[in-house]
Amino acid sequence: MANNGPVNNKDKQANDKKDVSRRQFLKNSGYAAGGVVGGALLGGLISNPFQTEETAGTDENTQAKEPLQEARTFFSRSEDFQTLAAATERIYPENENGPGAIELGVPYFIDKQLAGFWGSNSRDYTKGPFDPKASDTHGFQSKLNRGEMFLVGLRRMQEVSQEQHEEEFFDLDGEAQDDILVSFESGDVGVTGMRSETFFELLRQTTIEGVYSDPAYGGNKDMQGWEMMEYPGPRMGWMDDIEAEDFVSKAPKSLRSYQGGGL
Amino acid sequence: MAKKLDKVDVVIVGVGWAGGIVSAEMAKAGKKVVALERGEHKKRSDYIGVKDELRFDNRYQIMQDLSGETITSRNNIDETALPVRTRTNMQVGTDLGGGSVHWAGATYRYWPYEFEIRSQTIDRYGEDKIPEDMNLQDWGITYEEMEKYYDKWEKTAGISGEQDPLAPERENPWPTPPLKETPGLKLFKEAAKNLDLHPFQIAAGNLSEQYENPDGQTINACMYCSFCTRHGCDFGAKSDPLQTVIPTALEHDNYELRTRAYVRRVLYDDDNKKATGVMYVDERTGEEFEQPADVVVLSGFAFTNNRLLMLSDIGEQYDPETREGIIGRNFNGQYNSAFNGSKGFFEDKKFNLYMGAGALGAAVNDYAADNFDHADLDFIGGGAIELRQYGFGAISSSNNVPKDTPSWGAQYKEDSLHYAYRTLQIWYSPLAMSYWHNYLDLDPTYKDEYGDPLLRATYKFGDQERNIAKFGVERCHEIMEEMGADIIEDDEVPEEFDHSFTGGHYTGGVVMGDDPETSAVNNYLQMWDVDNLFVVGGSAFPQFGGHHPTPTIGALAYRAAEGIEKYMDDGGQLAEAKRQTQKA
Repeated sequence: MANNGPVNNKDKQANDKKDVSRRQFLKNSGYAAGGVVGGALLGGLISNPFQTEETAGTDENTQAKEPLQEARTFFSRSEDFQTLAAATERIYPENENGPGAIELGVPYFIDKQLAGFWGSNSRDYTKGPFDPKASDTHGFQSKLNRGEMFLVGLRRMQEVSQEQHEEEFFDLDGEAQDDILVSFESGDVGVTGMRSETFFELLRQTTIEGVYSDPAYGGNKDMQGWEMMEYPGPRMGWMDDIEAEDFVSKAPKSLRSYQGGGL
Repeated sequence: MAKKLDKVDVVIVGVGWAGGIVSAEMAKAGKKVVALERGEHKKRSDYIGVKDELRFDNRYQIMQDLSGETITSRNNIDETALPVRTRTNMQVGTDLGGGSVHWAGATYRYWPYEFEIRSQTIDRYGEDKIPEDMNLQDWGITYEEMEKYYDKWEKTAGISGEQDPLAPERENPWPTPPLKETPGLKLFKEAAKNLDLHPFQIAAGNLSEQYENPDGQTINACMYCSFCTRHGCDFGAKSDPLQTVIPTALEHDNYELRTRAYVRRVLYDDDNKKATGVMYVDERTGEEFEQPADVVVLSGFAFTNNRLLMLSDIGEQYDPETREGIIGRNFNGQYNSAFNGSKGFFEDKKFNLYMGAGALGAAVNDYAADNFDHADLDFIGGGAIELRQYGFGAISSSNNVPKDTPSWGAQYKEDSLHYAYRTLQIWYSPLAMSYWHNYLDLDPTYKDEYGDPLLRATYKFGDQERNIAKFGVERCHEIMEEMGADIIEDDEVPEEFDHSFTGGHYTGGVVMGDDPETSAVNNYLQMWDVDNLFVVGGSAFPQFGGHHPTPTIGALAYRAAEGIEKYMDDGGQLAEAKRQTQKA
């Protein structure tokens, strides 16, 4: 695993330019109600109280094309979800390599993960006493489960954003968002019930999982994460190719395809 | 009040490789057997169509559910241990077949030297070579005695291998030919040869061709699909108990398997020094049962075997203050942090790293066991240097970035996409020693779902662990350099164990030997002071050899099965105790 570290300044500047247009795109697409690529997905991220009403039933064709799985089933407050989305996009940004976390559906992937067994740590040892800050080598020691950690962590990010900039986290420019993420990553922020770096690592790891796991889980939309990496997805096997001298590049297939699809 | 069931000849607790082998052998011998497995009754069809990295590699689908039970961990005797709470840090098998279902398949026999490591170290280097705090012990069995059991296990498993040029002669060839060679493996082998080392293809429990074992069970040919380690096999191509010994046992009417049966106690008659059976809970109903038996076999994971003896108050618990007692002593293992080496990044090469199999790899044993002179080295023993092509999923491949790449953001994205298939890792997997200060006991604070104390692991590295790892990293670096990597990054050897119990290589605590003062079981894995109790599995390792543990666990299980039959015929202790001066 690579050392964690902030992006360097040159990269940051390059990112920032993209980021401004990205946020503009986000806002525009929210009002455009699904009219552009990713718009339907992004629509839910924008705090426009009229949007749902405007979208619903206005255009049956548009609505039929909307991915019906993309609705929050874990996060209640929309501003928590917007903060999450903005943070994941900084971790895996859209750039010349291809789409970023938001377009890949990562926020919804995380929402679904947190709504399931993993989010409530139901297969982990959760009996007390707890000592989340006693040791930095003992792994997860929080009384909070992962879902609670996300809520506490994201709201702390919102607080820090207000304290430092008097703005919502998701309205900050990319550089300012990165600075807050770095402060969490380095353990410099006090957070109730956990270490801030534990939260950051959870956020980072879950974002990467959302980019690259099978689309069955709601991320890696249209297998674009796999396409960027030239990962072919699950196949019967590679008996015929395993000795190949050259790189074998194949369009990805998903678990649904591997299983034969349908019933 | 537990419901008392009819007595059987043998009750077996835990059905992985060890319990599966004992199951098959006892069933074939016509014994009335009940095997108790706390996990689900898994079959191959549970793994068909589920090639899913997130579910198995990141969410640990087939690892133990820790909500009911885990272990606690600390480095030092005066620290408070904390529970290992998540499966990220505790990857031990569960369900029928146990850890064997998710093992990668790398197959090495331990070396003659490793079975007699204390005697041979003293012979060659003198007693001063052994650090004072190390409990270095012979196994009470020689390689020559082990050979036929290794052979039997390898035939049952159908292992695909080629002869390691440095390894001792084998009585028989490997049952099936080696797996195919990939460009990455070729590169490793060529580089090793250039350095006058002796590379060979790792023997694999992922089979190169379809094979029928001596029990009549068929194992299929590996498809190199890459969903292997931490996964069950889609094709029935992995050498695991689900494909071999468990179906053999189930063919016999005198064998009964009960799953979701969680054994909480070994029942013990202190006056006669005999185990009388076990008490278990049906996890689906909560009902308690007492299963009486003439012979009790504990064949769970090392943690389970230790904990059951401690909860049942059988044998004397090891006390590090007095250094007296035997159960929990010599807790050892090849911790994940023992796999240190060198990572290479290649600008001009792109390998098909998404293809692979668990034990698809190449190795050299020039720095294994006592194959090299240790006179001027600050450690004992050695291990294999391996290059493996497991076949990685996309999440895993995204970690293939040089150290100076940030772990997130645009640069991360750029570099991770670039290097995903341009990264090879070589590592050294050395043996791991036992020390007086490393042991298992019951935790004073944390409890399981039934209110019983959790097992507590107290473990820290000795100087040996750090020294041998540094040596190994240097050797890996030399090979990686010869392979022509553009960027070479050496692993930083950790100063101390980090409580991450990944990889499944945890052993000891109920160790074998020929001196009851330093061992709990004889070389049939029969307890010295309880003749009808056999404790089978990795719990018997006095220290960890320089290779993966499964083949030795399999071989010892065949040895134990032979012993159990002998005991049922003749009774009594099967081995004569030798009082020695082994005590550290």
